[in-house]
This record gives sequence, C-alpha cells and structure tokens, in this order.
Amino acid sequence: MISGLRLRLLPAPAPGAARTPLVLVTTALVGLATFVVTLGLGEVSVAPADVVRALIGQADGDGAFVVTELRMPRALVACCVGAGLAAAGVVLQGLTRNALAAPELVGVSAGAHAAAVVVIVLLPDLPTSVLPACAFAGALATSGLVYGLSWRRGTSGSRLLLVGIAVTTVGYAIVLGVISTVEDLIHASQLVTFMAGSVYGRGWPELGAVFPWLALLLPLVALSIRELDALALGDPVARGLGVRVEAARLRLLVLAAGLAGSAVAVAGPVGFVGLMSPHIARRLVGGAHGPLLATSVLLGATIMLLADALARLAFAPIDVPVGVVTAVVGAPYLLWLLVRGRTNPE
Amino acid sequence: MTAGPSTPLGATQAGEPVLPDLVVVVLGAATLAVVAGAGLMLGATTVPATGVMSALTAFDGSAQDVTVVDVRLPRVVVAAVVGASLGVAGALMQAITRNPLAEPSLLGVSWGAALAAVGAQVVAGIGTAAALVPVAIGGAAVAGLVIVVLAASGRAGLTPERLIVAGAAVSGLLAALVQGLLVLDSESLEVARRWLAGSLTGASWDALVAAAPYLLAGTALSACLVRPLSALALGDDVARGLGVRTGLVKGAAALAVVALAGGSVALAGPILLVGLAVPHAARALVGRDLAPLLVACAVLGAVLLIVSDIVARIAVAPEELPVGVMTALVGAPVLLHLARRGVTSA
Repeated sequence: MISGLRLRLLPAPAPGAARTPLVLVTTALVGLATFVVTLGLGEVSVAPADVVRALIGQADGDGAFVVTELRMPRALVACCVGAGLAAAGVVLQGLTRNALAAPELVGVSAGAHAAAVVVIVLLPDLPTSVLPACAFAGALATSGLVYGLSWRRGTSGSRLLLVGIAVTTVGYAIVLGVISTVEDLIHASQLVTFMAGSVYGRGWPELGAVFPWLALLLPLVALSIRELDALALGDPVARGLGVRVEAARLRLLVLAAGLAGSAVAVAGPVGFVGLMSPHIARRLVGGAHGPLLATSVLLGATIMLLADALARLAFAPIDVPVGVVTAVVGAPYLLWLLVRGRTNPE
Repeated sequence: MTAGPSTPLGATQAGEPVLPDLVVVVLGAATLAVVAGAGLMLGATTVPATGVMSALTAFDGSAQDVTVVDVRLPRVVVAAVVGASLGVAGALMQAITRNPLAEPSLLGVSWGAALAAVGAQVVAGIGTAAALVPVAIGGAAVAGLVIVVLAASGRAGLTPERLIVAGAAVSGLLAALVQGLLVLDSESLEVARRWLAGSLTGASWDALVAAAPYLLAGTALSACLVRPLSALALGDDVARGLGVRTGLVKGAAALAVVALAGGSVALAGPILLVGLAVPHAARALVGRDLAPLLVACAVLGAVLLIVSDIVARIAVAPEELPVGVMTALVGAPVLLHLARRGVTSA
C-alpha cells in the first residue's frame, strides 16, 4: 500500500532514466580512462599502456616509479576529494531542495577550511590523519549555523545562499587573519595555495586521511537514498511516507559535513566541483537520488582528475592550485545557471 | 528645489530621518575627530593625547613624534578616505541596482581591482602606487561591467538575491585567480597576503596622492548625481517622466563606483563588506534621502575603518590583523540580518 503510494508520488522518471545503467558504465569508463591517461602525463611522459602495466605491477623502472609512487597517490587523493565534494553536493541539494546548495556556496567548505587552517597553524605537529576530524567539526558547526539561521518556516533558497555567503566571508577573513600572522613565508605560501584548493604534494598519508571518511560515509548516504527521494517531494509528503523529516535532515547534514570536511581537510576549499557534478549528473540520469549519487560521485572524481591534470600541466613546471582551474570552469557554469533562471532557488 | 527630506523627489515614507540634520552633522564630525585622535594615540605603543598634540604642532623628530606623524597619521587619513569612499560606493551601488545587498566586495568589483593590481605586480613588475591606481580602477571597471551585464541578463534580469549569488561566483573566480598568481610569485606574497583581506599597514602619502584624483572625481560625480539618483529611486518610469536620462545617470554612477572602489583597493586592498554595513547603518540614522545619506555614509565609513584599524592593530599586538577581518566581522551580521529579513528592493 505504502510502497504503491510511494511509487506513484516519486518524481516522474526523467526522460533519461532508462539509460541510467548505460550512463553509469560510460561515466565509470571515462573516469578510468582519465585516470590512466593523466597518470601518464607530466614531465616524465608514460604511454597509457605502460601506465596500465605499472598499475598492475608488471613494469619497473623510472616510469613505473613516477606513476605508482608519485602521481598515483595524488590522483587518488584528487578522486576522493572530487567524490566527497560531489556527494556532499547531492546530499545538501537534496535536503534543502535547493539546486544551488553546494558545499562551497552554503559555507560548509569555508567552515571546514577555517577550522583546518587554525589547527594547522596553532598545532603544526598534529598528524595529517587528524585533520579531517577537525575540518569535520568546522563544517558541522557552520552547516548547523547556516541551516539554523536560514530556517524560517522552511529554508528559502536565496536566504540559504545569502547566509552561506555571509558565513563564507567570515571564514575567509579568519583564514586571511591567521595567514597574515604566520612568520614563515614558505608556510604562508603553502597556506595560500591551500586556500585556493590544491592537491600539490599530496600522497599516501593524505590518502589515508581522507579515504576512510569516504568509505564510511558514502555507504551511509546510500542507505539514506529513500529519505532523500522522499524529502524531494516536500515535507508533508515525506512525513506521509513515514520519514521522520527533521531527524533525517539532521543526519544528512552531518553526513554532508563529514564528506565536505574530509575533502577540504586534504585539498582546501576546492570550489564548484560540489556544484557542477550533481548538476551534470541530474541532466544525465534525472532526479532520483540513487543513480544521481552514483553518477555525481563518478563525475566529481573525473572532474577533479581532469582539473588537476590541467593544473599540473598548463604552466609546467609550476603547479597551479587545482581550485583555480575549477573556478575558471565552474564560475561561468554557475553564472549560466543563474542567468538561465531554471535553477529556481526561490 | 533642494533635496531636503520634505521634497517629493526624496519621498521617504518608509525611512523618515531619525535625527535632525544639524545634530547628525555635529555628532558625525565629533565622532570622527575622537576616533581619529584615538587612531593617533593607540597602537603597539600608546602615545598620550598631549604627546599627539605636541607631535602635530611641534614636531621634533623623536621616536614618538615619528610614530605619530609619519606612521599613524597617514594611516588614519588613508583609513578615513578609504572608508568614506567604500561607504559612498556601497550606497551608490545600492541606489543604481535598487538592491540593499549591492556592495563592492560582494559583487566582485573590489576583486576585479585586486586581480588587476596583483596581476600588474606579478606579471609586469609594476610596483609603484601611482601606476597601480589606474590599473586597479581598470580592473574594477571590467568586473563592474560583468556585473552590469549579468544583472541585465535572463528573462527579467536577475532578482536582488540572484545578483548577489552571481557576484559571489564572480568574486570566487577572481579571488582564485589572485591566489593562483600569488602562488607563482612568492615575493609578491609577502606584501599581498596582508593586503588580500584589506590592510592599512604601510599606508603612505605617496599612495594617497596617487589615488586622490580618482577618489575626488568619484566623490564629485556622486555629488552631482544626487538629484537624478533620488528620482531613480521612484522607479525608472517615474524618473524618465521627471526628465531623468536613466541610462546616462546609471552609467555615470557606475563610473563613480568604479573610481571610488578601485582607488580604495589600490590603497588598502579589497576590504570586505564596508559598503554593505555602512549604508545600512546610515539609513537607520538619517533615513533614505540620498543627499544626507551619502554624507552620512562617508562619515560612518571613515569612522568604521579607523576604528577597525585600531582594533586590528591592538587585538594581537605586536602582530597586526588585516583590517578586513574586522570589517567582515562587522559586516557579516548585517548581511545575515538582511538575508533573514528577506530582501525587498532598497
């Protein structure tokens, strides 16, 4: 009975829903191909076939070392960051029913970043593995703050974003305040790179710090798919479907803060990935949250891989922060969404 | 016809002046004098009022006199000039866009100036204040043009809230580019990391003299535009009926904003949220009538920035915080308040 009702009330399948498996397989293959090709690019160039051989342990020598020990951990960190931000974007957009609620726009990334920078500067000896927990605390505090402040008989879309901008501004000011008091110029330079968003120099320790969070939180989000779908129908309908709306929102908010916080802790507040990935995914597979989450995560990882490859190669030997690349691509995309006016945040 | 509170052009049903004009003028001048005096007295070392007086009237080259006259005096004057300029620029932007949230740093105008200035330093090696001022103003003009185009785009133009989100996207992109440039050039970073959040450290007469013509021109232009802009507040159609050439007036006002905001950024960096907090407070004090409002914005902006700078100097002495940290902490609650109240047109 209830399931029948749910079937009827679920968002009408998007025109592309039937092709979901195809999209998923294609996205995964494109992601994998991007991974292999970008691992081969750089100062030491390695052919894709040799990259594959190195990855499965069938090659040794300098090329294999560069691929497996230098580039691969960084690429895996980039994948985790992209996947985490994209998943956080799906969850935030779902729980607020706001197409523009991405972690970088509603202040979650800024909170995580400010907390991480304060901890890095005040406690320089802290191991990397603890950093995601600190960033998670910052993300949780700001997301709770933003959600609480923008709540007034429902979170109106624009209010949520304006409150997010205010919180982001304060977080930005705090970070710059901290950076300006750092004595060591090299350290300050690293912090500015971190502020722009970068996976430069990230390796196995950072992967070890971020991956467990993703491995733990993504399945938890997957378990909440039904609630996300129900929330998309509006609170009264979701209640009618047996969802405890406020409890579900709170739990989803914590999950989003954990996903965004752990990503920001290792890579800084990389912008626009958490916004773009769910948007592109929605166009590909429609609004049902199961396929949407899977596609977004794959797209987020692929976007970060591509952006980081560009960041490494565009001005080689100088590494541009990957956040600059995502901003150059993502800001026009956001402007296009706003001007086109179909995102309907009001 | 004078543009007093009772003229039909100033129609102020919603915002009757709270205080009589004369009281406001006297209070404003007195407050400005007091905070300027405090700005000369307070800092890493405290100079008593008598010491300040003797340094100003009978300079004898002692360390204390040098501190007051050569270090703190230019700093206080630059703070006053920048604060006044940003306050007026904010009020003008709000008048043209009829959006109470419009503000140089939120809409990206300040970031355009900052990117141009940092770019000129890093790429072309331009370092003198006189050369940087026109570059910064050029950057502000380009960013302003982008905002104007965005505001007019879409089916019915962007709503006030969407314009701010669009501004956040533009600001995010420009800030990321600034950070990218700074990563390329660590020498510029030493100065720029303080300047990025707005800083009055190292304020000098040279820089002030270089920026003064543009700031004065911007101020004079805004004074000339008071009456047509007041008419514009009644709506474009009414203003046209009153014989105002709306396009010309808006363009001229935008030019004034660009000169004021660009000149301020060249002097002190992209200081956050002054243009938002100041007009909002000024409106509460003197009402919505544009002539007294602009004067009040200039005075309040000067007071706000001098006080913020004093706090930035003594909060973590002997270190200094960027003054923008202080203004962000003042401005963010104003933004939150406006966001929660719901934006109606200004």
